[in-house]
Amino acid sequence: MIDFLNAIVVLLNFVFIPALSYGSQLALGALGVSFIYAILRFANFAHGELMSFGAMTTILITWFFQSYGINLGILPTALLAIPFSIFFTIILCLLTNRLVFRYYRIKKSAPVVIAMASIGVMFVVNAIIRIIIGPNDKKFFDGQKFIIKAKQFKEMTGLNEGLALKSTQVITIFITIVLLIFLFWFLQKTKTGKSMRAFSDNEDLALLSGINPEKVVFITWLIVGTLACVAGTLYGLDKSYKPFTYLGLVLPIFASAIVGGIGSPVGAVVGGYVIAFSEIMITYAYKKFLKYILPENLEPSGLVQLLSTDYKFAVSFSILVIVLLVRPSGIFKGRTL
Amino acid sequence: MISLLAKNITAGYGGVDIINDLNLFVNQGEIVVIVGPNGAGKSTAMKAMLGMLKLSKGSVEFSGNEIDSMLPQQRVSLGIAFVPQNQNVFTGLTVEENLEMGAFLRKDNIHETIEQIYDLFPILKEKRNQNAGELSGGQRQQVAFGRALMTMPKILMLDEPTAGVSPIVMDELFSRIIEVGKTGVGILMVEQNAKQALNIADRGYVLVNGKNRNEGSGKELLENPDVRKSFLGG
Repeated sequence: MIDFLNAIVVLLNFVFIPALSYGSQLALGALGVSFIYAILRFANFAHGELMSFGAMTTILITWFFQSYGINLGILPTALLAIPFSIFFTIILCLLTNRLVFRYYRIKKSAPVVIAMASIGVMFVVNAIIRIIIGPNDKKFFDGQKFIIKAKQFKEMTGLNEGLALKSTQVITIFITIVLLIFLFWFLQKTKTGKSMRAFSDNEDLALLSGINPEKVVFITWLIVGTLACVAGTLYGLDKSYKPFTYLGLVLPIFASAIVGGIGSPVGAVVGGYVIAFSEIMITYAYKKFLKYILPENLEPSGLVQLLSTDYKFAVSFSILVIVLLVRPSGIFKGRTL
Repeated sequence: MISLLAKNITAGYGGVDIINDLNLFVNQGEIVVIVGPNGAGKSTAMKAMLGMLKLSKGSVEFSGNEIDSMLPQQRVSLGIAFVPQNQNVFTGLTVEENLEMGAFLRKDNIHETIEQIYDLFPILKEKRNQNAGELSGGQRQQVAFGRALMTMPKILMLDEPTAGVSPIVMDELFSRIIEVGKTGVGILMVEQNAKQALNIADRGYVLVNGKNRNEGSGKELLENPDVRKSFLGG
């Protein structure tokens, strides 16, 4: 019995909780990609860099606050900086819209052309970020790091295995839930939200109903900027901030959006968790877990790890390819909001 | 009397004129049908009047004012509603949300109009919380009418409202159209089912090769030997 509890704690500590917070970050990122796809009809490869930009502005503002001794006590100062960095990320979104994407939208270019343009935006934003903050690791976490420490947990329960709960994980999950509730309420219950769904469903009919496309596009960028900034900041808080990692994040984010059904908000959220759990479950070494649940003579000698963590992006890539082959429309038949 | 009037309009796609020197009008409260063989430019005429394509000649007037420079959306806000032939509902939205979107530009209370539309199309009230994409062809068509009527239009343009529905549903849709006409809305519609449509019409136009061939009351056209021979099947 104790062995069994230990095994559960091991899984919770190393698989479930990390996957839940990583999944939340992916879900928020994939939601942004899905929104752009549902309204503006292109795959925005620059989304990772939008997240990176959001995280960077949060860091700069956090440093500014810290230099004046402003903080939130046990909570990270970054939470205080997020509203400001959301503002700057939205400005960046509107700027790229005005300078790049609007031109192609008015010309009614093919989606793939706009997607290529977004790759250009990605490189430019990436360069700007590295000019401003540099390519190196930046730590900006402060406040209390753990809500429950592994050692405390062991003392509390008397188990061999500890369960550590980082405050960033709880913050990530909490903020994700709040944002999701707000977003779904907005889409289902408000006139503006419904008009966005209508626009995404049938653009011509939306025009005939008097829905202003410029306003829909504007609100889309407001939402996307907010989502990108929050997702980027949470990812940076949880791991650490390094501009280059956000370039790599584009793959799992796109995989999440496509697995769930690109364009569908519910799909993006589900896809985020599917990808996160797959990545972590496939790259986790199960030796310790098996040690608890198997009889002693069957104890594995190796690590029982399906794939080295270095290859975790291969997992999202494989899932992406399989979904595109087997069910290209994704779990929730995406396309519209 | 508010009316929509097309004066000597010529228009087409990519430099090729599909309609040529066409004249037609519809007054508030009457049902006007455009019939004609395939490719006669019936739908094109309607799209030109809505401003969805550019006129190379002629002009469109609404209650005496020229509206040539207006975008389709602006014409919608004047009181001209349009129900396209295909993809005329928001499939992912519920029936009620479709109606709400029809009234997007209105700032006043829309619930009364929604109730009126439910009176006109009782089946929609029953299915109000269902997605429009899950409805049958005839029901969808009613949602499409309802959405267009939410703007409280003076003139309603219907592009082949009975295309692809069974004869029974067609009869039902026509009787609904008559009811809508009785509420004082002017209806301009393009129809393939020429006989039935002319039966309910106050006036009709016969278009051939983008030009006016015949016009007159529905009855006159039905009895006109030239019209009968060319496409009412004798």
